[in-house]
Amino acid sequence: MPIRKVMKANEAAAWAAKLAKPKVVAAFPITPSTLVPEKISEFVADGELDAEFVKVESEHSAISACVGASAAGVRTFTATASQGLALMHEVLFIAAGMRLPIVIAVGNRSLSAPINIWNDWQDSISERDTGWLQFYAENNQEALDLILMAFKVAEDERVLLPAMVGFDAFILTHTVEPVEIPDQEVVDEFLGEYEPKHAYLDPARPITQGTLAFPAHYMEARYTVWQANENAKKVIDEVFAEFEKRFGRKYQKVEEYRTDDADIIFVTMGSLAGTVKEYVDHLREKGVKVGAAKVTVYRPFPTEEVKELAKKAKVLALLEKNVTFSVGGALFQDFSRALINESEKPKIVDFILGLGGRDVTFKDLDEALAIAQKALAGEEFEEVNWIGLRKEIL
Amino acid sequence: MEIPENIKRKLSIPADEHFYAGHTACQGCGAALGLRYVLKTYGRKTIFTIPACCSTIIAGPWPYSTLDAPLFHTAFETTGAVLGGIEAALKARGIKVKGEDGVMVVGWAGDGGTADIGLQALSGFLERGHDALYIMYDNEAYMNTGIQRSSSTPYGAWTTNTPGGKKHFLEKRHKKKVIDIVIAHNPPYAATASVAYPEDFIRKLKKAQKTPGPSFIQLFAPCPTGWRSPTDKSIELARLAVQTAYFPLFEYENGKYKINMPSPKKEPKPIEEFLKLQGRFKYMTKEDVENLQNWVLREWEKLKKLAEVFG
Repeated sequence: MPIRKVMKANEAAAWAAKLAKPKVVAAFPITPSTLVPEKISEFVADGELDAEFVKVESEHSAISACVGASAAGVRTFTATASQGLALMHEVLFIAAGMRLPIVIAVGNRSLSAPINIWNDWQDSISERDTGWLQFYAENNQEALDLILMAFKVAEDERVLLPAMVGFDAFILTHTVEPVEIPDQEVVDEFLGEYEPKHAYLDPARPITQGTLAFPAHYMEARYTVWQANENAKKVIDEVFAEFEKRFGRKYQKVEEYRTDDADIIFVTMGSLAGTVKEYVDHLREKGVKVGAAKVTVYRPFPTEEVKELAKKAKVLALLEKNVTFSVGGALFQDFSRALINESEKPKIVDFILGLGGRDVTFKDLDEALAIAQKALAGEEFEEVNWIGLRKEIL
Repeated sequence: MEIPENIKRKLSIPADEHFYAGHTACQGCGAALGLRYVLKTYGRKTIFTIPACCSTIIAGPWPYSTLDAPLFHTAFETTGAVLGGIEAALKARGIKVKGEDGVMVVGWAGDGGTADIGLQALSGFLERGHDALYIMYDNEAYMNTGIQRSSSTPYGAWTTNTPGGKKHFLEKRHKKKVIDIVIAHNPPYAATASVAYPEDFIRKLKKAQKTPGPSFIQLFAPCPTGWRSPTDKSIELARLAVQTAYFPLFEYENGKYKINMPSPKKEPKPIEEFLKLQGRFKYMTKEDVENLQNWVLREWEKLKKLAEVFG
């Protein structure tokens, strides 16, 4: 029987790793994710997880050791955040290009400067072009579940790409919630042993990996990463469906909440989705026709699901904890791209908020709503809006 | 070609060939020769990781491979970390590493990728005690990117970013002693070797194979392209580097130093003999040569003292 335990998302991530039975874990401490490898090292020390724990001297080496281990044919896991993920940057491309199904748990945190250890999504969003799959958890249960599913999708022969699962710094990493820990046997059936059928380092079959590719071949290699991302869309649906069958929890790439007859749909990711659903309930009580949607799978980008969502609203209000300077949030770019050639499409208004751990309150959402309502009324509106700025210190 | 049994017995270098002909190294490349010796010694039971360096090219572009062994190309600064990851995975899979019947996991990186950008990962690799071998092939500059100085470039050398010029802008720092940094980690086995002394190099490779824990070999590998030296002088240059004590051969095993000079009784030859065959040193003044000579002899005395006290 599955057991329920009260735990932080960091612990849930470590439990997911324990259940997935990676053979190599290489990690370096960083706030707020440190507890993930810490907990895993306890599992290893107690003999509850049979893995090699490589205590590397940096995140750059953490991901490099994972790349080496994955290339040598084993299931591999690590955790990091913020500057640590940024330090991994170049090797993230290598992991995807070499089609190594590594999984990283990311305690989503802001990037310096100024130094700030609290939540936003700038770290993993900045890695969106690396070829990695990206999942975002709303709560601690989702952190556990999505890590298990990330392994399954990543290791699928049609995909073979690394994956990262993001969960918000402190809001989730350090907050306890009840989490259901699935049975090991069911997880074993769901995930299976990782057996690399593709290229891996084996003296009996000498092959070269990651070699120099001239212009005559490079593009095709990159195109296979594109194809694998496309394939992942279907595989994710299959894995979500199988997960629901086995574990009873339903996941969707884009999850909708009270979107029927909504004029305005707030779209967000991660734990902010919880706040926004509450806010939608609060507005619905007052008769305001709003809904919410949560993007759980960010890469591959769920273009089809976004097109369907767009049909339901007159305004999409995107709430984002990240920014591309002079452009707006990542969702703003991706939603605009998804809808650009649709004959009928809603207005899209972008909101940058909650950076560096700034609480997002109903007052902030009221501010966003007022702008979204201007768009709804056909009045002029700013496309990109910074919400909750303390103008008195600017 | 089959080698007759009666001749085979006399060979001090294994006849096996796992480094294919047709590779893309420059003429007279010391690194290519070194890589060939490594493969001769360990054969197919080897997994290589090579960072971005000359050997990326030497190993051949897709879909070719010069190496008859599995090879993992990786980023410039990651050799030590990737070595650790591969070794951990093999152990987790229950595959024996090192020892006569184990798989040799070998990192093969240049001096830039080791002394500079890869130094941190090398330190981590040594400190964590992975059962693998790290070989730094030392051609004393960033040759693959076009002969830029590294911290392993010697005093007085011309490179493309120490170009000489009117203000005498040559390399003004002495060669970083990477082997000393390695020894500071107290690894079970560390050594210097030279492509001019293949028997010594192969003996050291075998010792590295036998010794559990992390091993390190700094291999002196001339680069005619970057050193502006005749392509048929590479072995002579590598030999002179040893004979002048500019690059002395020694090993550090379980805390003990042992000097392996080919003629232990002989005094070092003057450094000029090493310098004069190379275009890269032609801008040095008399004072520069003296300065380098003094450094060589001081370091040599230091090593002899270490071998005397901790031999």
